[in-house]
Amino acid sequence: MSEEVRPVEDWTTDFDIFDADYVRDPSPVWNELRAKCPIAHTERWGGAWMATRYEDLRELVRMVPELSSRSPAVVPLPPEMREEAIAEVKMYGTENPPITADPPEHKPYKQLILPFFTPSAVEAYRGFTEDLAHRLIDKVIAKGVCDAAEDYAQQIPPRVIAEMLGIDANRADEFTLWTRGVLEIGQTDPAARWKYRRIIREFFAELIPARRAKPGDDMISRLVQAEVEGEPLTDHTISGICFLLLVAGIDTTWSSIGSSLWHFAGHAEDRRRLAGDPELFPTAIEEMLRFYAPVMMARKVTQHVEIGDKVLCPGDKMILNFPAGNRDPEIFDRPDEVVLDRERNRHVAFGLGIHRCAGSNLARMEMDVALRVWFERIPEFELSDPDAVTWAGGQVRGPRKVPVRFPAG
Amino acid sequence: MRIRVIEGNCQGHNRCKAIAPDLFDLDEYGNASAANGGAVPPGQEDMARLAVENCPEFAIEIVEE
Repeated sequence: MSEEVRPVEDWTTDFDIFDADYVRDPSPVWNELRAKCPIAHTERWGGAWMATRYEDLRELVRMVPELSSRSPAVVPLPPEMREEAIAEVKMYGTENPPITADPPEHKPYKQLILPFFTPSAVEAYRGFTEDLAHRLIDKVIAKGVCDAAEDYAQQIPPRVIAEMLGIDANRADEFTLWTRGVLEIGQTDPAARWKYRRIIREFFAELIPARRAKPGDDMISRLVQAEVEGEPLTDHTISGICFLLLVAGIDTTWSSIGSSLWHFAGHAEDRRRLAGDPELFPTAIEEMLRFYAPVMMARKVTQHVEIGDKVLCPGDKMILNFPAGNRDPEIFDRPDEVVLDRERNRHVAFGLGIHRCAGSNLARMEMDVALRVWFERIPEFELSDPDAVTWAGGQVRGPRKVPVRFPAG
Repeated sequence: MRIRVIEGNCQGHNRCKAIAPDLFDLDEYGNASAANGGAVPPGQEDMARLAVENCPEFAIEIVEE
């Protein structure tokens, strides 16, 4: 599906979520779409609709079962791989529940994983995350330079989820590579997406029987002993859930931590304000989540439905652009400004409705720790080479290189 | 002041619990209900209002000012 880069002339009818300028700063396009369409369309990347208004997003997430979550990926697999995926789903049931499940099967799977991600459950990993953050800073602090994305933000989420799943945190770089293979590189390179999807599946396929034989107190061991509607889960279902747990928390949280550090490296006033007043962390983190929300999700239309002045048809894809909803002037005061003490912040960075991100509390804990430890150890920092900053976009948007300098400590 | 969480609207974002921990209880899935039968102790009215205005699901309402 590699496509020729053709400049976008009309964003309302031909949007391109991989357009380089859009990936760097999508907000001007969102403002245009919200004002003009408001539901945009494209034939690019398999074809899709895209919603950018907060109220439309609220309405769309409630269109169940008219909009299905069976394929929540923003870019669909190419036809030859799609058939294989459909055959697999037919054989084994839903692919990565609960994210790929619709009601009624969605709820028991969501309820299966939610207890692992309540605020008190994720607090148990705060100490681990703090130690990790300090060790990462220890490695760079004497140098006075580092890449805040690669050396710090990227290193945290794979190790925390590895700790939760009871898998080898020393393989964190591999987990990151696999996740990017599926979610980032894989969006425009279907062969890579297929390859890494298989690698992850095989990794868990090997691991699950071992946990059945000798369970520990990690999440996978608890899943092998769990039941859904009175039935134990098959290895395939557990591996599908583990796939989701591994992939969903890596690119996303890393993007949020990275975007925040990028923001503070480039906005000295905000950086000084937060460094001087740690009581601002709770609202500042929510504001970072609002302003730099990394994730878009998609739905597949199963029945004719109307939204705005558009009629969606069975088979259509609908992209839910939650990050754009977070800048909607109908809902937010000064939407395109970062306001660190914003008190009223109904942002939708974690989505809405039954598919609300199950890991939201974990992501918030990781952001809280990552930013507090960074600010405690490195309160003064700035971009060392703004032109070297790179961004990834599509399903998950965030900075991938953020070179910074700071007083060596 | 009295508040309530509209059953079925809460999706467990936990924003209310973070903002006003004494005013909400969470179940094992992280879904919220109003603590103390919804009664807001004097002095916590502003926190209750903030919880309402930070809920992305519009799941909390003030039943009685």
